[in-house]
Amino acid sequence: MALLEARGLIKIFGKLTALNGADLTVAENEFHGLIGPNGSGKSTLMKCVAGAEIPTSGTVTFGARDISQASPAERARAGMSLKFQITSVLPALTLYDNILLALQAQTSIPSLVFSRSRGVLHDRAMAMLEQFRLVDRAVEPASALSHGQQQWLEIAMALAPEPKLLLLDEPTGGMSLEERRVTGELLAPIKKKCSLVIVEHDLDFIRDICDRLTVLDQGSVLDCGTVAHIQSSARVQEVYLRRA
Amino acid sequence: MPTGNADAGRGAAADDRRCQLQSGSAGDVMTETTPPTPLRLPLRVGRPRRWQVLPIIEIVVLAIAVLLPFVLKDYLTVYATRVLILCLFALSFDLVWGYAGIMSFGQAVFFGTAGYGVALIARDLGVTSIMLVLPAGLLIGLTFALLLGGFLLLGRHPSSVIFVSLGTLTGSYAADRVARGWYYLGGQNGIPSIPPMTIGSYDITEGPVYYYLTLGILLAVYLLCRFLVRSQFGLALAGLRENEQRIAFFGYQVQRLKAIIFSFAGAIAGLAGSLYAFHEGFVWPNMLGVVMSTQVVLYVLFGGSGTLIGAVIGTVAIEAVSFWLSNSYQDIWPIILGVLLLLVILFRPAGLISLVLSERERVGNFGQPPKEGDRGSS
Repeated sequence: MALLEARGLIKIFGKLTALNGADLTVAENEFHGLIGPNGSGKSTLMKCVAGAEIPTSGTVTFGARDISQASPAERARAGMSLKFQITSVLPALTLYDNILLALQAQTSIPSLVFSRSRGVLHDRAMAMLEQFRLVDRAVEPASALSHGQQQWLEIAMALAPEPKLLLLDEPTGGMSLEERRVTGELLAPIKKKCSLVIVEHDLDFIRDICDRLTVLDQGSVLDCGTVAHIQSSARVQEVYLRRA
Repeated sequence: MPTGNADAGRGAAADDRRCQLQSGSAGDVMTETTPPTPLRLPLRVGRPRRWQVLPIIEIVVLAIAVLLPFVLKDYLTVYATRVLILCLFALSFDLVWGYAGIMSFGQAVFFGTAGYGVALIARDLGVTSIMLVLPAGLLIGLTFALLLGGFLLLGRHPSSVIFVSLGTLTGSYAADRVARGWYYLGGQNGIPSIPPMTIGSYDITEGPVYYYLTLGILLAVYLLCRFLVRSQFGLALAGLRENEQRIAFFGYQVQRLKAIIFSFAGAIAGLAGSLYAFHEGFVWPNMLGVVMSTQVVLYVLFGGSGTLIGAVIGTVAIEAVSFWLSNSYQDIWPIILGVLLLLVILFRPAGLISLVLSERERVGNFGQPPKEGDRGSS
């Protein structure tokens, strides 16, 4: 059964139709890439799934639950996690506290007041920092990191609560080639642990890690299928060549 | 994939990256790229081994406060008591603004309603026992903060800073007008000659006794706030202050967190208001109004928000300076005070405390795991 199903999403901003009946289906443990030319609605689709935008019409089901109208916090509590396109780590806090902030989001308020989950979450926080190669900088403020490292920190924060579905909007945006390669390595181990929807311009990157792709063009789905299928799709080539 | 196809894709990627650079989101990409080195360092999150300034300031301030009545003349001890009560009030504003990033321009509503409330209880019911009137003041502050905070903060979407600040300001203004127009509350004149607070059959009158009572309460509330802002809840507050949209996507119920801290701060303001009412012996509409609400904002900004002790220092500094100025320069002292405040806020936006306190220490660490041999709560 599909973990995430978005059906007939329409999102209109004033006169601009950003999404025009887009669908997205992601199975459990599937890595799903979302590609398309600039302005094709990839980020808007991500935002509608994550709850940052409420679609003008259409439904989003997560698990078996209709979450079309749910707030971002409710979606996060249901097991969804998002890394924004623009990095939004909390620059004044240390790396460790950034991760802890993500980890403790679902701790009850009385437990937060008495810091009851601090000990329990410590190992998980350190493991995340270790996994993302940031452990030696744990007590530095996040503002001291390079752009690429901030992206990693943010992925680590999104991944820390062990979500069922991770949404990554351009995780390698602004990274050097070397950093991209490392990002691929960092994402590999989460396969089989959660599903992933990734918006990315680097087609080589996305081809390497994704199982299936959805191609958007002008707010609707142009094609959807396995990487091999998309690569041989005449319609997809046409769109990309037209834009070239 | 045919190469032409892939190239087209890269072209799109390059375009997008240009856009990003223009929008400034990826400004430092090119300049600073640290090669990812595989690291095997011991798994320790130590406190940065630097001298902690904050506890020293706190202890020094406490020591001065304890010794003050021994060196001050009697009438100055009375003045100092009033300042301590205002410090308590300032703490409540520091919690909402300095820690949770909620701009409350109506903190005096809770201060004043509690003051009026206990004044009425004392006048009409003859109840003056400290065990009843202080909890009553606290509850009144809490209730009004729940009502106003519930209305302003618990919407479907997180409320904007401007909405909350205008909403609280309006609340404060409205409360002031209501009090002025309501005969039962004494109208413009307020409620005069409130009987003194009592403990058993003993009257707590102004002077050293009231001073140390207030200091004790201030210390207890201070420690409670300190515990709170350094707990994991404090980390959630820091997230709220730094980027409330972001933390909603982690699953934080942002509106609820804000309403909780707002109400808690309202209770503290209520406690301060009831102490103030009994100390002064009367309440008047200014206690509820915009002037008082703005004054507490100045105390905290002047001293430095988000440190607790900064609120105390700011209150003492402003009150001491205005006391001295009003004696020495009777006509123009408000102007001098205003210019002083402006200078501090222009050149030291983080307040007086930032002269000695680093930004890193102000924000602090939250993830001090107990197993590291630390005492935990900082």
